[in-house]
Amino acid sequence: MDMQNLKKNPFSLQIDPAKFEKATDDEKRQQDVMAESTTFFKDGMRRLFHNPLAVMAMIILAILIVVMIVAPMVVPYSYEEIITVEGVRDKAATNLAPFEFSQREQAFMEKYNVSVFPHIMGTDELGRDYFIRVVYGARVSLIVGVFASLMVLLIGTLYGAVSGYAGGKTDMIMMRIVDILYSLPDILIVILLAVVFKQTLDFSNIPIIGKLGTNMVSMFLVFGLLYWVGMARIVRGEILTIKENEYILAAKSVGASPAHIVWSHIIPNCLSVIIIMTAQEIPAAIFTESYLSFIGLGVALPMPSLGSLANAARSGMQSYPWKLVFPAVAIILIVLSFNLIGDAMRDAFDPKLKK
Amino acid sequence: MAEDIKKSEYLVEVKNLKEYFPVKTGFFKTTPLKAVDGVSFNIKPGETLGLVGESGCGKTTVGRTLLHLYKPTGGEFYFDGELVTEKNIHQLRKQMQMVFQDPYSSLDPRMTVEDIIGEPLDVFKLYDSKGDRHDKIMDLMQLVGLNAEHATRYAHEFSGGQRQRIGIARALAVNPRFIICDEPVSALDVSIQAQVINMFEEIQEKLGIAYLFIAHDLLVVHHISNRIAVMYLGKLVEIADADELNNNPIHPYTLSLLSAVPIPDPETARKSQRIILEGDVPSPMHMPSGCPFRTRCRYATEQCAQAMPELTSRGGDHMVACFNR
Ligand SMILES: Nc1ncnc2c1ncn2[C@@H]1O[C@H](COP(=O)(O)OP(=O)(O)OP(=O)(O)O)[C@@H](O)[C@H]1O
Ligand SMILES: [Mg+2]
Repeated sequence: MDMQNLKKNPFSLQIDPAKFEKATDDEKRQQDVMAESTTFFKDGMRRLFHNPLAVMAMIILAILIVVMIVAPMVVPYSYEEIITVEGVRDKAATNLAPFEFSQREQAFMEKYNVSVFPHIMGTDELGRDYFIRVVYGARVSLIVGVFASLMVLLIGTLYGAVSGYAGGKTDMIMMRIVDILYSLPDILIVILLAVVFKQTLDFSNIPIIGKLGTNMVSMFLVFGLLYWVGMARIVRGEILTIKENEYILAAKSVGASPAHIVWSHIIPNCLSVIIIMTAQEIPAAIFTESYLSFIGLGVALPMPSLGSLANAARSGMQSYPWKLVFPAVAIILIVLSFNLIGDAMRDAFDPKLKK
Repeated sequence: MAEDIKKSEYLVEVKNLKEYFPVKTGFFKTTPLKAVDGVSFNIKPGETLGLVGESGCGKTTVGRTLLHLYKPTGGEFYFDGELVTEKNIHQLRKQMQMVFQDPYSSLDPRMTVEDIIGEPLDVFKLYDSKGDRHDKIMDLMQLVGLNAEHATRYAHEFSGGQRQRIGIARALAVNPRFIICDEPVSALDVSIQAQVINMFEEIQEKLGIAYLFIAHDLLVVHHISNRIAVMYLGKLVEIADADELNNNPIHPYTLSLLSAVPIPDPETARKSQRIILEGDVPSPMHMPSGCPFRTRCRYATEQCAQAMPELTSRGGDHMVACFNR
């Protein structure tokens, strides 16, 4: 073989250099022009806001949240008070239809020629303003949803990260525990745990937490204890794949410490998955909360929740169907918006779906 | 320099390097996979040793084991006369670096070019101030032919060739004396390959770095290497000067590799015979006894099944591990 020739043109076999012209400076500069620089986050956000469903869901959610914050300040009724007219309980103001006033209220308005704040969603069977109860119910649902998924986030990420990064036997044992928890019938366990916590735990003398009620706290515990397994599995799987990437080896080969590798390579690379998972966990938690409240294991009375409102409305369904419709629509709007946002986030941030 | 010669002529001395991976073969059973089995070679300062062999023969593993990315199963590695151990490897990473095979997975997608190249600088605190760090990174980008304006870009915004340049800049950041180049061009287009290879040569001329240049393409290796080592199933079968190996190949495996190189001239091509190897590469889990190549070798005899031939000199630096040639 003619090696002298090869030495000069190592790739002449595949390519004939004579057929090529040198690039002009102008052409070289063109090569340098690159697309607008975007960070991963910016890029994902841009895609998220280009998704009409997600934008709609965000607007709906924003409106709901504003209503939840503003309504208790504007509406002069409280969620636990029976409507009173001139300091007297209005016993007849039960089960009013939306925007209907009781006879006492009408008389009061005529007498003083003032207007009484309308009952936007009517009143319930005890004569409490239904709108404010639905608003508080939605608040409870949202708080439970957000805190429960934060708990899932914390426990799941920690567990999954340890398991995935440690690998080997540790990983094996930790994942078998997850498998066992995963195979339990979760609704049954939720109910059992909710019953047990309801009876055994008493948070009433702990500040702030006590105010939420034992039921609500035990609800967080139930979610945290049960639903982290999915998160742990996902995080572990993600870390296992990230660990296989050559950039982890590259970081080791330049002398980076394990802490540095975890902090600046592994966590940033699985952050998007964690955020997406959390966003998808919120509606699931809200749904379970409503479900538990519906079967009477949810938050304590008189604190309303969307589930317990729906449950209470069940008995009078034929006469007062709106009492079931309002909390049900609220649940649907909240859960649907979160689901749409969660899905859109997954589409926008999941690098595997990237072209 | 005078001191170097006193210590040893070689910058890199590898003696009987072994890397066995435990592979689960049963529920409680693991069998060692002998990815690298007794490899020895030396590299002088500023020299390039090419390492060729087909896919899966253990080339990458040699490189990674030298850098202690895998814990070596056995053997010794002297860097500049100093035995490399678990203890001193961290400091030695300032002197030896690696360029990885896959330009896509070897750069963290969440980091900017600046941070990727700056990582070794950060680890070893090789700068006095933020400005100093920035200047160093700019210099490195210039050196490997990257546009310094792109420092704040993310790796996924670059082409394969540019990404490999980023990887090289990262390796150069600590100012090493030895770089293991693990098939740095095999994932690139042929035209880009030539550019990147030329850059490796320019950098070597400028900085006097020694390379262990891994590839499975003999053309590429021949072009860049002073000497070439041929590897088959975890063992070196032949090692010689690049031209000597090319003009006078001795080991039957080297012969077959060379005969597989396409020949530009059709006249010569017709005259030369392609040696087509029979059979498949044996699995490294079930290595044949004696010489690993004997199952596909047309010169194989009884003796080859008994023992592994040692690398013996066939004149000067030309070492071959074969009984029959
Ligand atoms: N971490 C590991 N664990 C177990 N086996 C491994 C590991 N890394 C490599 N191997 C095995 O060791 C052998 C050599 O692999 P290696 O990656 O070194 O080959 P290579 O020569 O670099 O191949 P290629 O040209 O495809 O890059 C292969 O059989 C491979 O399956
Ligand atoms: Mg390889």
